[in-house]
Amino acid sequence: MITTDICIIGAGPVGLFSVFEAGLLKMRCHLIDTLPQVGGQLSEIYPHKPIYDIPGYPDIKAQELVDRLMEQIAPFDPGFTLGERVETLVKQDDGSYLVGTNDGTIVHAQVIVIAGGLGCFEPRKPEIDGLLDFEGKGVEYMVKNPEHFRNKKVILAGGGDSALDWTIFLSDIAEHVTLIHRGDTFRGAPDSAEKVHELASSGKIDLVLQSNLLSVSGNGHLKEVSYVGRDKVNITQKTDYLIPLFGLSPKLGPIGGWGLNIDKSAIEVNTFDYSTNVDRIYAIGDINTYPGKLKLILCGFHEAALMVQSAFKHVYPDQKLSFKYTTVYGVNAF
Amino acid sequence: MINIIVEDRDGEQQPVEIPEDISLSLMEVLKASEYNVLATCGGMALCATCHVQVLEGLDLLPAPADAEMDMLDTLPDAGFDSRLACQIRIDERLNGMIFRIRGDEQ
Repeated sequence: MITTDICIIGAGPVGLFSVFEAGLLKMRCHLIDTLPQVGGQLSEIYPHKPIYDIPGYPDIKAQELVDRLMEQIAPFDPGFTLGERVETLVKQDDGSYLVGTNDGTIVHAQVIVIAGGLGCFEPRKPEIDGLLDFEGKGVEYMVKNPEHFRNKKVILAGGGDSALDWTIFLSDIAEHVTLIHRGDTFRGAPDSAEKVHELASSGKIDLVLQSNLLSVSGNGHLKEVSYVGRDKVNITQKTDYLIPLFGLSPKLGPIGGWGLNIDKSAIEVNTFDYSTNVDRIYAIGDINTYPGKLKLILCGFHEAALMVQSAFKHVYPDQKLSFKYTTVYGVNAF
Repeated sequence: MINIIVEDRDGEQQPVEIPEDISLSLMEVLKASEYNVLATCGGMALCATCHVQVLEGLDLLPAPADAEMDMLDTLPDAGFDSRLACQIRIDERLNGMIFRIRGDEQ
């Protein structure tokens, strides 16, 4: 079990900056994020886009902002659990919480801060018959460990960068790779598209264009995938795995069941300290809502600064908080 | 005024009236009109959650840029008439067009 003062759910810019603000008040943080890397939307969706409204930076690329935040919080030595999704929250008799993830990680914290942005990024699932029955039994939405597919028959579906990249990668590992794509061209990453076409012409993979998934079937484990081919004929193909790669879409997820007041997928907070209606749970950044809310990174930073002032009383109930400027006291690393 | 028709996920069509001089995308107009559109990326053609089908008037729209086509390619349910609402600028050409909302819900 991991023990910390503040468990931050979401490692986007606002979650990361909270570590700094908490650190100034001698509070330790542990962050959990469903994505395999820190940075949230900035790293996952628009790493190369410039942002123009971060104070002090006329423009800064999203990934660079994340990198700088990581540098800024390094003195406070935060813990990270990445690639895991928070599933459970159990209140303890002393008011603290146990947070549990889908992979069984448990974090004990005095305070919970939800900085979850738009929610958990979850794979977009195609609407085809039988798909849900074979999740984890042949249907995988991401490639966590490529070795898993060694010497197996794999069908990938999708036309974006990740479908192309994994097709190329798995072509060296799997026994057989088929890529099924709805369109007849690939618009993204011309280099990857060219490579996929080369692999197809040399017979290393099967490239099935202008085709749509129809259904999956099997007996306890996936056995067959059916799709409508180019000439509207239904084709059924034997396979060990189907990997649909249709991008990610944010969902509020298990947080929705924690008794928090929710308005249109956002958590209602008190703007005095960004506390929710549940004791010791705060919500900051894009995931919260209040009159006048603006979904801006800089607003999330402000919310983080106010939130830690309030969280302090739960972490150090016997101490009086005195406000200190970094210009006077500097940053004292843990 | 520019008049378009928007079909929600339940198949109900409603007229939407938009002032001509408004400098917004269709996605922003849909959100402002209280339609349930996620628009995760805020309009950068980077998430495909503002996916719409153009039921009437597809030919009158400027062709999609590569970034938009690329995102549409990632969707499991996109068709020849699919567009990203965030990449459609509001102007007179949209008069009379019919859009069906398809993207992920909030």
